[in-house]
Amino acid sequence: MSHNKLAMWVFLGSECLLFGALISTYLVYRGRFASGPAPGDIFDIPFTSVSSFVLLMSSLTMVLALSAIKRGDLRNNRLWLLTTALLGSLFIGGQVYEFTTFFREGLGYTTSPFSSAFFTLTGFHGVHVSLGIIMLMSMFISSLRGSLRKEHSETVEIIGLYWHFVDIVWIFIFTVIYLVPSPTS
Amino acid sequence: MTATTIVEDVVDQPLGVYTRPRGGNGWRDWITTVDHKKIGILYGVAALFFFVVGGIEALLIRLQLATPNGTVLGADMYNQVFTMHGVTMIFLAAMPLSAAFANYLIPLQIGARDVAFPRLNALSFWIFLAGGIVLNLSWILGGAPDGGWFGYAPNTGIVFSPSPGMDFYALGLQITGVASLMSSINLTVTILNMRAPGMTLFRMPVFTWMMLVTQLLLVFAMPVIAVALFLLAFSRLFGARFFDPSVGGDALLWQHLFWIFGHPEVYILILPSFGIISEVIPTFSRKPIFGYPFMVFSGIAIGFMGWGVWAHHMFVSGIGPVSVAAFSLSTMFIAVPTGVKILNWMATMWGGRIKFSAPMLFAVGVVSMFTIGGLSGVTHAISPADTQQTDTYYIVAHFHYVIFGGIIFGLFAGLYFWWPKVFGHMLSDGVGKVNFWVMLVGFNLTFGPMHVLGLQGMARRIDSYSPGFGFELWNMVSTVGAFLIALSIAIFVVNVVLSAMKARGQAPCGPDPWDARSLEWLTPNPTPVHNFDEVPVVESLDEFWHRKYGTDEDGRVVRVASAEEVCEDGSAVGVHLPSPSFWPIVFASGLPFIALGLIFNLWLTVPGGLLVVMAIYAWIFEPVDDPDAAHGDHDDHGGDEAAADTIEEAPVV
Amino acid sequence: MSTAEITEEQNDVVHDDDHDHPSDSKYFQIALILGVLTALEVATYYVDIGPALIPVLMVMMVVKFFIVAAWFMHLRFDNSLFTKFFVGGLVLAVAVYVIALSTFEFWSKG
Repeated sequence: MSHNKLAMWVFLGSECLLFGALISTYLVYRGRFASGPAPGDIFDIPFTSVSSFVLLMSSLTMVLALSAIKRGDLRNNRLWLLTTALLGSLFIGGQVYEFTTFFREGLGYTTSPFSSAFFTLTGFHGVHVSLGIIMLMSMFISSLRGSLRKEHSETVEIIGLYWHFVDIVWIFIFTVIYLVPSPTS
Repeated sequence: MTATTIVEDVVDQPLGVYTRPRGGNGWRDWITTVDHKKIGILYGVAALFFFVVGGIEALLIRLQLATPNGTVLGADMYNQVFTMHGVTMIFLAAMPLSAAFANYLIPLQIGARDVAFPRLNALSFWIFLAGGIVLNLSWILGGAPDGGWFGYAPNTGIVFSPSPGMDFYALGLQITGVASLMSSINLTVTILNMRAPGMTLFRMPVFTWMMLVTQLLLVFAMPVIAVALFLLAFSRLFGARFFDPSVGGDALLWQHLFWIFGHPEVYILILPSFGIISEVIPTFSRKPIFGYPFMVFSGIAIGFMGWGVWAHHMFVSGIGPVSVAAFSLSTMFIAVPTGVKILNWMATMWGGRIKFSAPMLFAVGVVSMFTIGGLSGVTHAISPADTQQTDTYYIVAHFHYVIFGGIIFGLFAGLYFWWPKVFGHMLSDGVGKVNFWVMLVGFNLTFGPMHVLGLQGMARRIDSYSPGFGFELWNMVSTVGAFLIALSIAIFVVNVVLSAMKARGQAPCGPDPWDARSLEWLTPNPTPVHNFDEVPVVESLDEFWHRKYGTDEDGRVVRVASAEEVCEDGSAVGVHLPSPSFWPIVFASGLPFIALGLIFNLWLTVPGGLLVVMAIYAWIFEPVDDPDAAHGDHDDHGGDEAAADTIEEAPVV
Repeated sequence: MSTAEITEEQNDVVHDDDHDHPSDSKYFQIALILGVLTALEVATYYVDIGPALIPVLMVMMVVKFFIVAAWFMHLRFDNSLFTKFFVGGLVLAVAVYVIALSTFEFWSKG
């Protein structure tokens, strides 16, 4: 089997331990909000639902990009790669808006164990998404130059695996951190 | 092929700075190598250097503790020295020395020409070295880490550890952790995907099996300490409140994350050594390993069970009686698979025609010394007893018996055993025996008395003790023992130098000097750059042995072929090999700038980050091969598609 | 729509899909299911379902997780070794962190 694909799956297995540690840290600290805002006071579920939906749909566009390059349709491959990157950027934009709103409402990085844990967890996830966007755009540019052809579909597949994983982590985060009712002050 | 000048290379290939370097033998060759054998040697040299550094730190500790109220080191300096002794020995000596064996031997034992990702392999080494440098720069840049290798929060926060030492700890170990993770993914894919035709998993040598389990442990354990170190770094550098008790920060969070990594880590440390002696003991007993399936399955069992015992490092931390009882039970169970191995090694020796050459002495040393360490470990498992033992020298005794007695003796067995394969000449066996005995006596004198000291109540992690407690005699004995260990290391160095001098101008030693069992001995000594002339086809466990020995009509073992007949002569030409690359070392060189920048001045992270990003892009876009490189016989693949994929297609990494 | 009906709809997709690669229209159908599940999840924010909340959220989360991994990440159709690594990491992480959280009495004290 492909070395690159096996390597990516082994890596994703290890990432489960990484995000598990960050999520556990959050769970231990979600009720420890010192004199700052509590999660239940500050989360905006409707807003986060929309950005979660956006990220989820980016997995669809990612898989369409792969499907396109596999059948040699380089033009649609580019289209779906760009769309995935745009949806991802929209998600990140939503995160930035959410974080700045929280900050204005009194939740800074150093306010409390809850705030540090929340921003670290979502920050790590956001960095993962951002790195994914960089990789997607690199593939897009490669494709524009004619260097990403049908025989390179495995590259798209592997970056796609990474992208879907980052989406799956958010599925977990959205449910466990946002939807499960949080402590209020 | 000698190294051509850079100008010639550029003129030959119009690719400018992306031109891949060609092979050679100078220092540029070592810096750009992607050859697993050279990388293994690089790891080994670096590890032995850091072993001496850690050893000096140990001698300083022992000098300070030789007498009551010692005045060799002040309390603050003592904290730095004992912290760095632990960090250096575990992360910069033991793990890289195991990595040296893993890198050199795994491809050879599975019949491959290199690892799955040669450039990534080089990157791992240079990143490890960068991390080791960052950690040790602390000595001259404000103070070394002083919170113990285990780094308990909130003691390691900026309130109680104001010097930048713990920043160096967090960032330096983060860097070395990345190297380990990359390498573990690389070797996992190598072992699973690149075995020679006929080499099923259950025909792999025990060494390779133990290394596979080790790599899997690394894959899953490294991310946990990565998170712990991030939390520590963010607390110290950016004011995050993870471990601030005044707002609800919990010291136990650190301990859990650290030990969830830390316990699998000790199996990461010991399994390679177990693998080494599982090759040495059968060779020098002239018998196959007893109970091969049990050896494999017990290794796998250790890998699984090692995840369920971590809080035995936290018995007195206040996790409560239910947790303590659960972990006490799981810890007792984990002794079983190791016990299986000890019995199997002994059963291998039983009835064998044993030759006590230097490697065998060290291997038997492992079996005996690790058993002692394991027995004290069993006493820790009983949590009421551990309540007295914990934080005393009894624990220090235990882990040095398993770490030094288990790991170091095993690594020395491996050095003596595989030295001819790597360098083409043997280390002197006579000097090796002296090396062993001095080390054995010194080691037992150093750590044996610590059992007594601990049970008499001498606390660990303290810079001095008062007179009148009766600790004087055994501390002095321990210090004398430590200097004997140092002497034994000096003897080893002398052996290395003398043996090299003696070998100069002589022909390399012939093939198969030990009449060994596994595939790496099929190649001549030293191993040619292309490993095997032809990829071997494997028909059994101990494949190499079975090519030399068969059975006659009465079922007796008889020699059917000499080493010269079985072994290759290394003369294959034009074998297609992965090309060297600058980018791994360029990537790694950016990391110290990032680390120092985060600690002292954020502007420094900019050149560091640029070096890393530039290296990544150059790496991705560099041409696969020197276009003029020889393309070898295409029947040297032996039907191994995966090997062909690695070498002939453009690898992503 | 109840969770049972959704699972059934998803089962239809399972039965139709025996090729190595789902077609683009299959991918759209899968995305639709994921969207519906997400809408239901968000609905729990507005509709009080009492003590069923956490189990329902957990189930929907796991189902979404599984769908993305099995179809979008192609695990269903690929070498089982990939699944073993991913599930292995997942199970290990859940086990280890659940135990750690237990020592913090997370399940009783939250």
